[in-house]
Amino acid sequence: MRKLYGILSLTFLLALSSSSAWSELVIRVTQGNDKPTTVAVSPIALNGLRIKEDIGAIVEADLQRSGLFRTTPRRDMLAFPSKASDVYFRDWRMLGSEYLVVGSMRTIADGRYELEFSLLNVTAQKTEFKHAVRGRVNEMRDLAHLVSDKVYQEITGIRGAFSTRIAYVTANRDSGKFVYRLNVADADGAREKLMLESSEPIMSPSWAPNGKELAYVSFETGRPAIFRQNLVTAKRQQLTNYTGLNGAPAWSPDGKKLALVLSKDGNPEIYMLELSTSKFTRLTRHFAIDTEPTWMSDGNTLLFTSDRGGTPQIYKLNVATRATERLTFRGNYNARPSLAPDGRTLALVHRESSTFHIASFDLKTGRMIELTETRLDESPTVAPNGAMVMYATKQGDRGVLAAVSLDAGVRYVLPAKNGDVREPAWSPFLQ
Amino acid sequence: MKTSFNKTGLATILFSMVLVGCSSAPVEETSTDIEDTSVQTGQVDTSGIDDSAMASSADTVFYFDFDKALLKPESRAALLEHAAALSSNPRSVRLEGHADERGTREYNIALGERRANAVKEFLVLQGVSGGLIEVISYGEERAASFGSNDSAWGLNRRVELK
Repeated sequence: MRKLYGILSLTFLLALSSSSAWSELVIRVTQGNDKPTTVAVSPIALNGLRIKEDIGAIVEADLQRSGLFRTTPRRDMLAFPSKASDVYFRDWRMLGSEYLVVGSMRTIADGRYELEFSLLNVTAQKTEFKHAVRGRVNEMRDLAHLVSDKVYQEITGIRGAFSTRIAYVTANRDSGKFVYRLNVADADGAREKLMLESSEPIMSPSWAPNGKELAYVSFETGRPAIFRQNLVTAKRQQLTNYTGLNGAPAWSPDGKKLALVLSKDGNPEIYMLELSTSKFTRLTRHFAIDTEPTWMSDGNTLLFTSDRGGTPQIYKLNVATRATERLTFRGNYNARPSLAPDGRTLALVHRESSTFHIASFDLKTGRMIELTETRLDESPTVAPNGAMVMYATKQGDRGVLAAVSLDAGVRYVLPAKNGDVREPAWSPFLQ
Repeated sequence: MKTSFNKTGLATILFSMVLVGCSSAPVEETSTDIEDTSVQTGQVDTSGIDDSAMASSADTVFYFDFDKALLKPESRAALLEHAAALSSNPRSVRLEGHADERGTREYNIALGERRANAVKEFLVLQGVSGGLIEVISYGEERAASFGSNDSAWGLNRRVELK
């Protein structure tokens, strides 16, 4: 079998024009928490260093986007302290800031930079922590997101996911020709990087659990086929080349297997591919459509979509015993489950009457909660910290990405400048 | 900058240098070093594939109801004509199944395949050799009509005989 999979190779662009690349997606927060915590982020002292990114502003944007924080406007600040000993708590209390972030940049060996920052509790008039992050000059956005992660975790108790990435597909029509692109960007939409461009459809990106590879479907051979691609080396490998559907790849929690869909035996069935041996194991056996597998954290349970009951619904499959159980009953369309890290909350596509929304479904209680109010919402993907669900929706006739918190209290939209944006896939934690 | 790739063999592997971690500095207890996992860029050119020909003749496009793969009665006459032509004058044909944008993409690609298979089964029952028919589904990825309304959706739930 293995010899059939030509190891695909390609040359790649060494660098995109970086200034234009990271502004493709612009985030607009449309709804925040009722009682956000107020944080002031004092501009980071650069001590004469030339750094083009405004790190403090990136941290502010991260915290705002989470919906859990309101930031104190810079223009209201009476001073820009860069270390705890320079802070007059009274000034910040007057501004209503509950917390204050201060920080300072310096160079260290090998042309690297160190950002030392502190989180101060204005109410309690104490320093919560002091921390240092280091990186190269082209990693200033990474440093900023690490600051946001640390601040978010300290205040909310939840690990921050600002340093994560999203993969997504864009489709453009240019004088009648389609152009499909697979992109990876930071979770805030910045630093978009092109992974693959094709005149044929690209679908269903799925992150390897180590965050270093994507699996996806590409029609570049004239038919659908599943590929894996390393994000650092851009090396690609074609994994499937069967007649019929080759779709919906989902990496197992240990990274050693892919669940996927093949219809080579007549209709769509869930298969498991052992990546080291290229061995395929058929897991479902039903004349209905079985698709969109996703793994539970035990590595032995798959959730998938099937219309074996007449309408698309979510089913659970024990990989070892093949025992199958229907999980969803409310609504006439429940599909494409994405599991939250708590292991019991699913985000899925749900239709009650005629419109498609993103809903959460509690595997323990069976409770279904609609999270979105737009129509044609699809492709939910839960952040690795479980705080937000990103999904694809329509604004006018254009596909855009949006996000909503699992309690529906926070929302934001990431409008793209042109074309349709679709099929977001949120990376795992990367560090 | 377009680059082509060769999918037939191992021979044309072109790597750039891997950007690897820069974690040489000692790490303090309360510090975080960034591992440089910069994403690199790859491009594939599929210039050999022509996607511009979109047959508009009603004779070769067959429409379906939402989430259904049942042939409509009005498709029957044209399909019988195709079956007769393919039986007397065999040639390879391709049936491309499509869905409208509603519902999930992977489910829709399965639905598009089910529709194309429904057309294939009809043709085979009329005597066409199944070996001449290739079925491929694009799901909702290749809309014929752009718009989020009933008329666009109706035009997109289709099988195209090519």
